[in-house]
Amino acid sequence: MRRMRFRRLQDQFAGHLMAALTVFAASLVLLIAVALLMRARPLLDIKPLGQLLTSSDWRPLHGEFGFLPFIAGTLWVTGLAMVLAVPPCLLCAIYLAEYAPRRLRETVKPLVDLLAGIPSVVYGLWGTLTVVPIIRDVITPWAGKRLDFIPLLHAGNPTGYGVLAGGIVLAVMTFPVIISVTEEVIRAVPDGLREAALALGATRWQMVKGVVLRRSLPGVIAAIVLGFSRAFGETMAVMMVVGNVAQIPRSLFDAAYPLPALIANNYGEMMSIPLYDAALLAAALVLLLVVLVFTLAARAILLRAVRRAV
Amino acid sequence: MSDPVIQIRGLSVAYGNQLAVRDVSVDIPARQITAIIGPSGCGKTTLLRSMSRLIELVEGVRVWGQVLFHGQNIYDPRVDVTEIRKRIGLLAQRPFTLPMSIYENVAYGPHLHGLRKRKALDAIVEKELRAAGLWDEVKDRLHAPASALSVGQQQRLCLARGLAVEPEVLLCDEVTSALDPISGQRIEARLLELKTDYTIVLVTHVLRQARRLADYVIFMYMGELIEHGPANQVFHDPQEAKTRAYLKGEFY
Repeated sequence: MRRMRFRRLQDQFAGHLMAALTVFAASLVLLIAVALLMRARPLLDIKPLGQLLTSSDWRPLHGEFGFLPFIAGTLWVTGLAMVLAVPPCLLCAIYLAEYAPRRLRETVKPLVDLLAGIPSVVYGLWGTLTVVPIIRDVITPWAGKRLDFIPLLHAGNPTGYGVLAGGIVLAVMTFPVIISVTEEVIRAVPDGLREAALALGATRWQMVKGVVLRRSLPGVIAAIVLGFSRAFGETMAVMMVVGNVAQIPRSLFDAAYPLPALIANNYGEMMSIPLYDAALLAAALVLLLVVLVFTLAARAILLRAVRRAV
Repeated sequence: MSDPVIQIRGLSVAYGNQLAVRDVSVDIPARQITAIIGPSGCGKTTLLRSMSRLIELVEGVRVWGQVLFHGQNIYDPRVDVTEIRKRIGLLAQRPFTLPMSIYENVAYGPHLHGLRKRKALDAIVEKELRAAGLWDEVKDRLHAPASALSVGQQQRLCLARGLAVEPEVLLCDEVTSALDPISGQRIEARLLELKTDYTIVLVTHVLRQARRLADYVIFMYMGELIEHGPANQVFHDPQEAKTRAYLKGEFY
């Protein structure tokens, strides 16, 4: 009888404990956002958020805190990374899931997953020691001669540090996420569906394109969003190769200064400047909000795709 | 007996080191329903799937011998396998509708093979949905997702989809086993109608279904072909002891 009551108490306690922990984990985003908001208040009280987001005037000593160059830098680097990463990653995942023999897949997959475990500072070093010199010594001079007439490719920055270097490093960092998740999503498509297409006389590529990808589209979008989130908030590796100049990039070769780099480089330094602390925390808040908006938008797209396709 | 459409010669199939079909030679008569019967695990599905090379989708499978389709060996490396599968269709055990609308499911096959004209596709969709006995139930919602149909309707949709590429042979793999009795009867009725135009090979583990449908019967046991012949003969005067035992229900 007594034993019975103890077990019931134990059960209730475990239930409550797990519920409390779940609530805590779920409310973390909210707690962080509120804390950032409180700390950014001193700046937000004098400058409306709209003005901060659209101004490109960054002169902390004069009390001007325009976030536009940093937001633009983040979007440029992340956007380029996705353009570089998504097509090869999808083809790679399709190959691994649909074409590669099992032995090959079982060898390659862990190698790709290993990429995810490499610390970002190592990617930053690779960027500094390999990517930047190649851009500086090979790509920029070549583009200066041949492609300079395209505004997007104007080679105005000879250092090699810039959007291109950041985009390449970030693209490689998102490879394992996108490949891994996409491959798994594709392999979750039932074999009966593949057989149905092939039995009608489809070639393997027709089957993949028309049936398998169509069925797994929501999952593929989720994989891309996951890669995007990884790229968006990535700090260290990007900071080491993008040049960190507070300007709106006009060309792939220009230096940029993404939001995470701004925060990491400056927090703890120059804190005697009035409102600087509030400005950096407002930047963090903006970063958080942008990631949130993108994730929610992606989820909305996902839900619509699911409803349409299945 | 009419001319054989498919002639199987010395066919053996192995998964890894496990022989699933052992040296089978048999002819499939044209425009009749041929039922492959036998206890589960006897190799009947493997035999069926080797008739359009779908067996090759299984990793590690090996095939020996020949399957002649109008005299040509479909395992000849020079043969275009997509052309073979267009002419030898499959209706699977469970309906796998493609992730698209009812209309697109039927139009998918002809579209694959290059038909783009809307009018022609419309005509095929209606004709094959009628042939599969589904037209009246779906004509008002052709562009609804196929997944919204009941399982029985989905199986008839798969039948229409298979017919739309105008195959000569229809391979049916226990096509009623996932269906309720009424839906199963509907499929059976369709198959009986279709045999005037198509050669049908049917795998079934339901003896009564074989008795209802089959014109020709192949009995397999442990990967070997034990006996084959016209349905009347095999059911009423089996030559082999194993066939007699199976028909009497001594094993399944």
